[in-house]
Amino acid sequence: MTSSFPEEVLEHVLSFLTSQTDRNAVSLVCKTWYETDRWCRNRIFVGNCYAVNPRILIRRFPDVKSIELKGKPHFADFNLVPEGWGGYVYPWVVELARAYPSLEEIRLKRMVVTDESLEMVAKSFNNFKVLVLSSCEGFSTDGLAAIAANCRNLRVLDLRECEVEDLSGHWLSHFPDSFTSLESLNMACLVSEVSFSALERLVARSPNLKTLKLNRTVPLEKLSTLLKRAPQLVDFGTGAYSAEFRPDVYSSLAGVFSACKNLKSLSGFWDVTPAYLPVINNVCSQLTSLNLSYATTQSPDLTKIVSQCCNLQRLVVLDYIEDTGLNTVSLSCKDLRELVVFPSDPFIGDVDVQLTEHGLVAVSEGCSKLHSILYFCRQMSNSALIQISKNCPNLTCFRLCIIEPRAPDYQTLEPLDTGFGSIVQNCQHLTRLSMSGLLTDRVFEYIGTYAKNLDMLSIAFAGDSDLGLHYVLSGCDRLRKLEIRDCPFGDKALLANASKLERMRSLWMSSCLVSFGACKLLGRKMPGLNVEVIDERENVNSIPEYAPVEKVYIYRTVSGQRFDAPDFVRIMGKDKDAVYNLS
Amino acid sequence: MTPPLLDVEGDEHGNTSLMTSASTMESVFKNPGLTERNYLGLSDSSSVDSSAVSAISEMKTNNLNLKATELRLGLPGSQSPGRDPDADLASSPCLDEKPLFPLIPSSSSQKIIVSGNKRGFSDTIGEGSWMIGSSAIDSDASKSLANGKILSGNQAAMIKDVASKVNGSNASVKKVNASNPPAAKAQVIGWPPVRSFRKNILATNSKNNDEVDGKPGPAALFVKVSMDGAPYLRKVDLRSYTTYQQLSSALEKMFSCFTIGQCGSQNLSESKLRDLLHGSEYVLSYEDKDGDWMLVGDVPWDMFIGSCKRLKIMRGSDAIGLAPRAMEKSKNRT
Repeated sequence: MTSSFPEEVLEHVLSFLTSQTDRNAVSLVCKTWYETDRWCRNRIFVGNCYAVNPRILIRRFPDVKSIELKGKPHFADFNLVPEGWGGYVYPWVVELARAYPSLEEIRLKRMVVTDESLEMVAKSFNNFKVLVLSSCEGFSTDGLAAIAANCRNLRVLDLRECEVEDLSGHWLSHFPDSFTSLESLNMACLVSEVSFSALERLVARSPNLKTLKLNRTVPLEKLSTLLKRAPQLVDFGTGAYSAEFRPDVYSSLAGVFSACKNLKSLSGFWDVTPAYLPVINNVCSQLTSLNLSYATTQSPDLTKIVSQCCNLQRLVVLDYIEDTGLNTVSLSCKDLRELVVFPSDPFIGDVDVQLTEHGLVAVSEGCSKLHSILYFCRQMSNSALIQISKNCPNLTCFRLCIIEPRAPDYQTLEPLDTGFGSIVQNCQHLTRLSMSGLLTDRVFEYIGTYAKNLDMLSIAFAGDSDLGLHYVLSGCDRLRKLEIRDCPFGDKALLANASKLERMRSLWMSSCLVSFGACKLLGRKMPGLNVEVIDERENVNSIPEYAPVEKVYIYRTVSGQRFDAPDFVRIMGKDKDAVYNLS
Repeated sequence: MTPPLLDVEGDEHGNTSLMTSASTMESVFKNPGLTERNYLGLSDSSSVDSSAVSAISEMKTNNLNLKATELRLGLPGSQSPGRDPDADLASSPCLDEKPLFPLIPSSSSQKIIVSGNKRGFSDTIGEGSWMIGSSAIDSDASKSLANGKILSGNQAAMIKDVASKVNGSNASVKKVNASNPPAAKAQVIGWPPVRSFRKNILATNSKNNDEVDGKPGPAALFVKVSMDGAPYLRKVDLRSYTTYQQLSSALEKMFSCFTIGQCGSQNLSESKLRDLLHGSEYVLSYEDKDGDWMLVGDVPWDMFIGSCKRLKIMRGSDAIGLAPRAMEKSKNRT
């Protein structure tokens, strides 16, 4: 049947499959399908830049227009991965420049991006359109200037939470006057001031601009000037939102906001002056996404705003909103899909903010479409978790962080095993879970038994023994990313489930009980895995084999060991000179 | 970060249930040489003693303090070891000469610090952490640093020992000084999982908003630390320290692997290593809000963390001319 199926038809059919998972599955059907897929797949996703290398990529996919690469493990966000670990994009850019001169899109997450890399991107791809750098570092505003100056067809420049060496705001002025294709600009993470007139002119000559996220240095008084130039904006991030209250500024702002008929998403609001918040009243009912996580203002101000956001789907806010504010959310935002509550004071200890488990339970009760939760709080109970699991059976992402490690159910003083157990039992679509609080091996038994769709699991200060880890590794069939810190998990469970590790993207374990010896054994026996021991102690060479490592990062790879690792990273069990080529 | 090896033999957990559902691969890994050790002192019982966390962090602190006294980037011309901390403590006049030492538990000394007596803080440089080579100092700076030079390596180490003992018992005094983060707030690295830029932003936010909830914002303040000759940089949270001495101990620990690297693979005795480090004369400098590079230690701690953007450990020879500018600048400010 396959032989009578012309390739062009197959290619046409495959073009409707955009998800990477689907494409990967398709390529495994038979040789013809594999070949067809590789010739026409032009969007590539590499979840771990060390799982594969540019040469393998280029050999398989001859025509790539869009590439997404991820570097450091997730715990790098919390300073657990030392600087210098790796994740350099430069070697990739060099090869991509040679192989794909018509590359249009580069998306990078947690990678080290240098100015040289950016300059190379700017000069190598004639039709370059999209640059998204998410949690990246290593570059300065000079690199941005190169992009601005050279990428004539740029549509998207999105710097999400990057660490940029901010030499000056002058980079923005490098966009030539003839440049009019900008659709999305996110410079919120930059620190230095850009020339406002250059910014205004850029906005004025960009008729397709839909997303504009300013940095803190753009003052509130100047916002109306900008918004007047871009009433078509869909996603807007303010700069610093503070100024002395002046009625003329207020009414001018309120007026321009009202004119933004397409506005659906707001963010920014640093240093907020509450008196200016109501200027957005007229657009609140349009909003589907609102990020007030920098608005350090009291609950009444926040509540007034959210109470008007009847179409809100995504809310990011500080715990200043308190239980009362979340109660209002549960009554007013019936379409809410995603809730994120960050801690205003992220330190262990007592605070004055009245945000407890009650706020989360209220939202779970009132917002039936809720599917994604990230919640920082200071107390939790099993009964609350059970309630939440019953209210929201469609949860896909549940991340709960109780600030005090190993905090028990504050009412019964028991572990939170049954609460989380209820979550995994009732929420069959759960793909991401982060746990906290006092947890024993039992919760892992529940997870291994029920969380069959779990894709990513984050564990901290939990469990009693290797059994816990064993339950997870042996039970969670779809698990791809597992990150663990400060848990008493050791060699037994790891080695017993070694083959599972090849079916996962990666495993991170820090401050656990995995020994040097086990890491070496695993690395030696499993050529398809890189077992990286990350250990910065001075005397690391004299530590005995049975002693635990500081950190170990294990990931599957077809590229063999890497050679760009620093001294404190040792790739265990591999012959230092050998290069395994398993493709 | 040295996890302590509490060699408590725990129970051997029942193995049979672990192995039944595992694949055949694991038979390869049944290695009797890998014995299970219960490093964190956690037993099989379901309720975990949460005080284990604080016990461990205490042990870590103690380990760090001991190490800090072994490897010091100390004063040039300091005397060789042979210090007896307790003896010196009893008889030394140095403590009296230094009423502005930040760790002495008297509220009066705290006040003096806050009022910004620069002389006192220049003296704290002489405690034995960071010091410019004497030849590099011009006359202005040398006056204030002369007092610091009185301290020998001995006494510097002794004061460090005092510091560590005093620190441990001083939680209540620290609480008196509201501008310091309260000692009761334990900080675990990377916990809670909030990104550092978010911690930093909230710090400056709450400063601008005065006290939103009627209390100052003791959020984290991460700055990058680079060292001449080191291949990569580190980040430190300035708010997790309350004095220059704590900061310098932490940095010494962090960067000692680089200085040791310079010693090569020969086994140097402890005293030789110390001499090498003294000879290297590293200096800690910082870039302030105006982009100028200043010497660390000239201004009061609070003023320092308010203006410090990044840190750099440079060789003493590269730091010529830093000190006088710093002095003048802070004179102009006050």
